[in-house]
Amino acid sequence: MTHWIVLPIIIPAMLASFVILAARYHRDIQRVASVAGTLASLAVSIGLFWQAFDGTLSIYQLGNWAAPFGIVLVADRLATTMLVLTGILAVAVLLYAIGTDWDKRGRHFHALFQFQIMGINGAFLTGDLFNLFVFFEVLLIASYGLMIHGGGAKRLKAGTQYVLYNLLGSTLFLFALGALYAQTGTLNMADLAARVAMIPAEDSAGIRVAAVLLILVFAIKAAIAPVHFWLPSSYAEAPGPVAALFAIMTKVGAYSILRSYTLIFPPDLELTAGLHGWWLLPVGMIGLAIGMIGVLGAWRMDRLVAFSVIGSMGMVTIGISVFTEAGISAGLYYIVHSTLATAALFLIVDLVLSHRGGAGLRLYASMPLPGNAMIAGLFFVAAISMTGLPPLSGFLGKLLILDATYDSPLVVWAWAIILGSSLIAVVGFARAGSIVFWKSRQIAADHDDPRTEMDNVETKPAPVPQSLPVLPVVAIGGLVALIVAHTAFAGPITAHFRATSAQLFDQEPYISVVLGTEGKEIKEGGNALGYKKDKGGKSEEGYGATDEATEDATGAATSGTGEGH
Amino acid sequence: MEMLVASAIGILTAAGLFLVMRLRTFPVILGIGLLTYAVNVFLFASGRLTLGAAPILRDGIDTYADPLPQALVLTAIVISFGMTAVVVVIALGAYLSGDDDRVNDTLPDAQPAPRADGEAQK
Repeated sequence: MTHWIVLPIIIPAMLASFVILAARYHRDIQRVASVAGTLASLAVSIGLFWQAFDGTLSIYQLGNWAAPFGIVLVADRLATTMLVLTGILAVAVLLYAIGTDWDKRGRHFHALFQFQIMGINGAFLTGDLFNLFVFFEVLLIASYGLMIHGGGAKRLKAGTQYVLYNLLGSTLFLFALGALYAQTGTLNMADLAARVAMIPAEDSAGIRVAAVLLILVFAIKAAIAPVHFWLPSSYAEAPGPVAALFAIMTKVGAYSILRSYTLIFPPDLELTAGLHGWWLLPVGMIGLAIGMIGVLGAWRMDRLVAFSVIGSMGMVTIGISVFTEAGISAGLYYIVHSTLATAALFLIVDLVLSHRGGAGLRLYASMPLPGNAMIAGLFFVAAISMTGLPPLSGFLGKLLILDATYDSPLVVWAWAIILGSSLIAVVGFARAGSIVFWKSRQIAADHDDPRTEMDNVETKPAPVPQSLPVLPVVAIGGLVALIVAHTAFAGPITAHFRATSAQLFDQEPYISVVLGTEGKEIKEGGNALGYKKDKGGKSEEGYGATDEATEDATGAATSGTGEGH
Repeated sequence: MEMLVASAIGILTAAGLFLVMRLRTFPVILGIGLLTYAVNVFLFASGRLTLGAAPILRDGIDTYADPLPQALVLTAIVISFGMTAVVVVIALGAYLSGDDDRVNDTLPDAQPAPRADGEAQK
């Protein structure tokens, strides 16, 4: 059994603790450690990606306990792809934060950042629903700290909303888990899949409630239409680099929907038939429409980008909701695209904010920014990609999704809304870009405008730097280059995503690998303690199960104790 | 006992949801507290309700209590406790710096300043 799989969780966890305990007052050490750790986990993720590329499913048993009793981490194509995406995003965001000194505005930026990466990586890797809950909490706790990083009244208020909304979401998640456990007696995903398939049709009431609760929770995380209200304020008020990192957080929700509703409740399962299939597509379309109309209606650049996140999550939902291989691979392609594009846009917006002086992010013409052409160019490319104009990846993603919805009964609606909302988004982004970057020489700063409220950076308007810093531009440029690469290598990438969704729909290997791998031998109680026997029965030596888990910080350790018994 | 536990969960949830919908930070936090109590009892009940049964395998015992929900509840309690502490601190910070304890957004054009007369927000 290889230990590599657990490293994307262990590295950030250890590093965060190190930064808090040993390097609390040493900014430079923090920076070096944080960059080195992020690069290391990216390298490990790429290694895992390579390993899973040919379809190999590898699992890691924490504490060497066999599957339904202990926790497993599963590295398949989907999980490792998301790991690599997270790693790349983290490197770019970290470079940006260091280059703009965002990390100097609070002592714990790097520690929280690493904990956030740990939570995200854990959520992608885990093969256990309760463990998924714990990693959700790890990434959420870290995100609460990052969200209010730098402080300020408006940010704290948005932070309160964000935390409260997510606390409600977590409570709902626990209700869903309780309902699932009451029905099946297990929370291991593979075990759940096997047991849900055995539930007789007449006992379906409980499991159907659990399935709906679960998709509702993930929809909240993914900001899918009726439960997206938390997103615009939170993302707009969050510090720029943090908002860029949050670009992956909505995708954690989308990933969880993908994982649960292909593995545990696959679309052809009769037990949960008609539960989520029919409303996910309309809901995605509504989300797309709301997001893109929001882009047009936004009066500040940060809110504009935040609404485009809602729109792109709607697009992802449309792709996923058809639950075919083509649809899911299109959704995955769009997930990668929208993560990169959103992150780039948030970073650009932050760069604009810091170089625009008193004008903030409001959409009216002001003095030209230093390095106006460079920022405008990056914004132009990222906006083209986000709105889905040819030739960049947004366009290809949209084509793939249009193609995937072709067989759906709602195809007319889907096409109309996708194409119509693209047009609205183009207008919205073009308006913002031309006002901020092109009209900047005709200064018409109308300070009597009722919308000229104080900007959220409460610190007194810092002197505007006269030239562009190098590192942030490199970070944004890197993301934009990746968008271009995502377009240029669309062929091999979509081939990989097709293989990924084929693997998702082929549940048998996942279940047999997870449940079939032998763990450590249980001495007391005999070797008859197989998977079908008495689940509760295990000797007190079971406490040894946490040996390994204690290493990976609070989150995994807590649940290690939880699941080991 | 089933009736008692079920109605306890129901009442706690209803009260919690009512408080959450008050949209002021203090009642909302209290409401979330009640909701987490409800979910903790619910998690307990998900392992079936047993009285006086051992959770650990022993010779000569036939009825067992399911130990897993107990461990899950423990985790859930720890997490919700920590989260509540965090949200209290953040909400207090927001209240002290913004002088407003409303949870929902104020309109972009509206003044963020609080209204002493408690007049409903536009």
